Amino acid sequence: MKRKIGLMLLVLVVACSSWVGFAFAQPIKIGVFEPMTGPSAAGGEMTVEGIELALEMKGEVLGREVQIIVVDNKSDKVEAANAVSRLIERDQVVAIIGSYGSSLSMAAGDIVNKAKVPTVGCSPTNPLVTLNNDYYFRVCFIDPFQGTVMANYAVNELGAKTAAVIQDVTQDYSVGLSKYFIDAFRKLTGDPNSIVEVSAYNTGDQDFTAQLTNVKNKQPDVIFAPGNYGESALLIRQARDLGIEVPFLGGDTWEAPEFLSIGGEAVEGAVFSTHFTAEAPVTPESDKFLAAYREKFGKEANAFAALGYDAYMLILDVIEKVGSADSQAIRDGLAQVEGFVGATGIITLDENGDAVKSAVINKVEDGKFVYLTTVEPF
Amino acid sequence: MGNLSMFLQHLTNGISLGSLYALIAIGYTMVYGILRLINFAHGDIFMLGVYLTYFGILYTSIPWWLVFVIAPAITGIIGLFLEKVCYKPLRDSPRITILISAIGASFLLQNLGIVLFGGRPRAFPVPRVLNHVVKVRGVSINVITFIIPVVTILLLVGLTYFITKTKTGMAMRALSRDYETASLMGIDINKIISITFFMGSLLAAVGGIMWGARYPQLMPLMGMMPGLKSFIAAVVGGIGNIAGAVAGGFILGLGEIMLVALLPRLTGYRDAFAFVVLIIILLVKPSGLMGQRETEKV
Amino acid sequence: MRKNGRSDRAALLALACVVVGLILANRYLDDYKIRIINLSGIYVTLGLSMNLINGFTGMFSLGHAGFMAIGAYTVGILTMPVQMKEMNFFLQPIVPFLANVEWGFLPALLAAGLVAAVLGIIIGAPVLRLTDDYLAIATLGFAEIIRVVFTNTQSLTNGALGLKGIPNYTNTWWSWGVAFVTIWFVSFLIRGSYGKAFMAIREDEVAARAMGINLFKHKVMSFAFGSFFAGVAGGLLASLLGTIDPNMFRITLTFNILLIVVLGGLGRITGTVISAVIVTVMMEALRFLDESINLGFVEIKGVPGMRMVIFSIILILMVIVGREGFLKRLKGRETSYAEN
Repeated sequence: MKRKIGLMLLVLVVACSSWVGFAFAQPIKIGVFEPMTGPSAAGGEMTVEGIELALEMKGEVLGREVQIIVVDNKSDKVEAANAVSRLIERDQVVAIIGSYGSSLSMAAGDIVNKAKVPTVGCSPTNPLVTLNNDYYFRVCFIDPFQGTVMANYAVNELGAKTAAVIQDVTQDYSVGLSKYFIDAFRKLTGDPNSIVEVSAYNTGDQDFTAQLTNVKNKQPDVIFAPGNYGESALLIRQARDLGIEVPFLGGDTWEAPEFLSIGGEAVEGAVFSTHFTAEAPVTPESDKFLAAYREKFGKEANAFAALGYDAYMLILDVIEKVGSADSQAIRDGLAQVEGFVGATGIITLDENGDAVKSAVINKVEDGKFVYLTTVEPF
Repeated sequence: MGNLSMFLQHLTNGISLGSLYALIAIGYTMVYGILRLINFAHGDIFMLGVYLTYFGILYTSIPWWLVFVIAPAITGIIGLFLEKVCYKPLRDSPRITILISAIGASFLLQNLGIVLFGGRPRAFPVPRVLNHVVKVRGVSINVITFIIPVVTILLLVGLTYFITKTKTGMAMRALSRDYETASLMGIDINKIISITFFMGSLLAAVGGIMWGARYPQLMPLMGMMPGLKSFIAAVVGGIGNIAGAVAGGFILGLGEIMLVALLPRLTGYRDAFAFVVLIIILLVKPSGLMGQRETEKV
Repeated sequence: MRKNGRSDRAALLALACVVVGLILANRYLDDYKIRIINLSGIYVTLGLSMNLINGFTGMFSLGHAGFMAIGAYTVGILTMPVQMKEMNFFLQPIVPFLANVEWGFLPALLAAGLVAAVLGIIIGAPVLRLTDDYLAIATLGFAEIIRVVFTNTQSLTNGALGLKGIPNYTNTWWSWGVAFVTIWFVSFLIRGSYGKAFMAIREDEVAARAMGINLFKHKVMSFAFGSFFAGVAGGLLASLLGTIDPNMFRITLTFNILLIVVLGGLGRITGTVISAVIVTVMMEALRFLDESINLGFVEIKGVPGMRMVIFSIILILMVIVGREGFLKRLKGRETSYAEN
């Protein structure tokens, strides 16, 4: 009898321990919501590449396997909200990464805040994304900085006295960036009339000749035209056709191979700000990332892949530091991040959860993105 | 830049855009004129035509000018199939039903485009001959902007001849008046409708190629706006009337450009312009500028 | 309609079932499923409001996205806390007369419906004499115009930046409460003399006019009611999401609603309710089509966009195969394209 009880106990203990062991072996789930279809698909794809690479390089933390679950938000707000809600409830993720596109990120904002699941944005640069949201963080800089960087470049490096702005009025990103550029440019030149023309178009437009003819007539020194890479490439092409020779400046969205292929020779000399460039590794982590990316994809990495990589690595680093994969613990850890060494630079998150870090300025030369300079945060 | 040359530049831009709208509107108006059916999928057939051309140029060794002929032909056959699947079974159904089917077909083609070609834009390989800039007294003109109006006018003349003078053309016109009588007269309705769809889709593809050469960015959703605007052009000109469609296209193109030229503050509203024109035309003269008035049948 | 007494009892029973269902759902289901239930309720309202215009009165309108936008923005602007507004309108301040309003949800929802309805009348009155395809394209044009205007009027709508931080009032009670009011209202309307007039217009405009039915009045009325509920549903959606921008309200949104209406049957109430729920759930359930499926030994690469292909095919099939069924009521209503 005693033996029997002993045996049963043994079985119980083994069962329990294996069950406990099993529980420990449960993977840590991190959700990713990015646009894989729709107008923002290119940005989403690039970001996910970086995240997948990071997973391959570091697939384990606290002795547990890490699993990422990628869902498509279709570049659509309602879908983005549904996707994030599904990640939280059905997949029970402890943290989320995403999304390319500020408006998509904002659609998720309320949900992650309420569910108390920490979320790290890779490239949403609109200031509103993290504002009043204790659970939203990001590894990129924000638009006020980016707009100012380009205005500085135009005035100090190019010696521009006047500028024209052509914005995509349907993109929050483009509208915001234009506004910051205009303010900074006026301040730097000290001339309230230095912005000679502000013109507008809609996403999906293909003909910009009318707007460009107006701009040409005002003879600006530079043209600031942030927008989707496709439309921007067409716009610059048509500008060159019309005989506009002045430099075009833009933002981080231009960094896509399609900008070069659609723009062709016309986009030669176009200058834009971005988060990172393969040509100027800033940290040892950059080198590591670049080498791994080259090996996996056989090409040079872009800024979005690097940001995706950083977002993932940052979350894992925090999990390691706080020693727990609990959502609340990760959030508290993220709020304290200081001097995290990422591929895109040293990341310190400020009180809003925004990364304070340097911007890179790139130029198109011989059909390639070429590094010009790095701008430190002011 | 002088005021005159700036105005001329705007005018050139307007004619260039207008002739593209006109080109696509021809196909639209032809299908409508004969079948009384708004082929919502016209813009998406246009998109298919551009993608076929893209793959033809990049992935086969066929010279580009031959691709410019083959791709529209294939697109025409696709259009013919589309009619057989989505519209023919509904020939006796109410208009709304067919309209819904047309909208469904449009979305099907768009999403198939996303599945097959991916959501990321592609660069249209514009042949060098078609892509360089000439300067005439301070006005910059891309060669393609000369070619498009020429193609449009040629098609206009050719089609008008076809419709009025050939046997098939006359059968089409008979069909547009009255199906039953036409079939009693020994006209093979199915054949004529197939031919109409083939030609309509072929024209859409030709328009698409010209569009791609002018605005070399390919996307699965690229057909939607040009499709809608060309439809509006067709309505403005009097739907079913080929010359009217061309006139409507030019009016719309020039109007859009001149809105920006004359009222720069309203540039953001440019996309709404076509729809405002549409609504005004529908209210003031629903039959369009060159269309005939239809009587209500009881 | 059918015998009133029996259908009333059936409706009450259905209502009771749904109420019990909602109580249970709120207790046992997670937020994700609740969100889908909310969306279903909103889509029921949208589907019915479109069916009122398209199915019952037989006017083919594609302007729903525009009316939803109006409703969504009305609710967004009216319910947002003052401080939140300041934060949102950081590029250009909001027009002063709206800066300090902060309404409750119910009045805001009603306002959303009313604004949409008034705009529906203003827009509808001139274009409603157009028929079929022309009306479709004109209403679609209006929806696009509304979107473009909202994008450009920054001091009113915050333009492309959209609104963020709209209070989340929408819960299952609101979404399904409104859905039931809509169901009740539409069936009440249809049973009464207005409904008879609507359907007479649908069946034969000329004959209806000969019978002394005021075509214009009834068409505008149907359009106004439809827009009202579209506006309310837009408001519910805004409050559910907490953030809106003009780009949400594109024609794709109208397409989704059209799919619901066609699937449920033009001029069918119960059908629309059921199809609204099915479509909303399917949109989520078919997500796997877009994603990779791992069968253990082999991984099937998901194809992004496959979901919408399936839905488009369903729509076409419904129209072609189902034409003998639910669309039969419309048959012979007017000249088909083959008889023209």
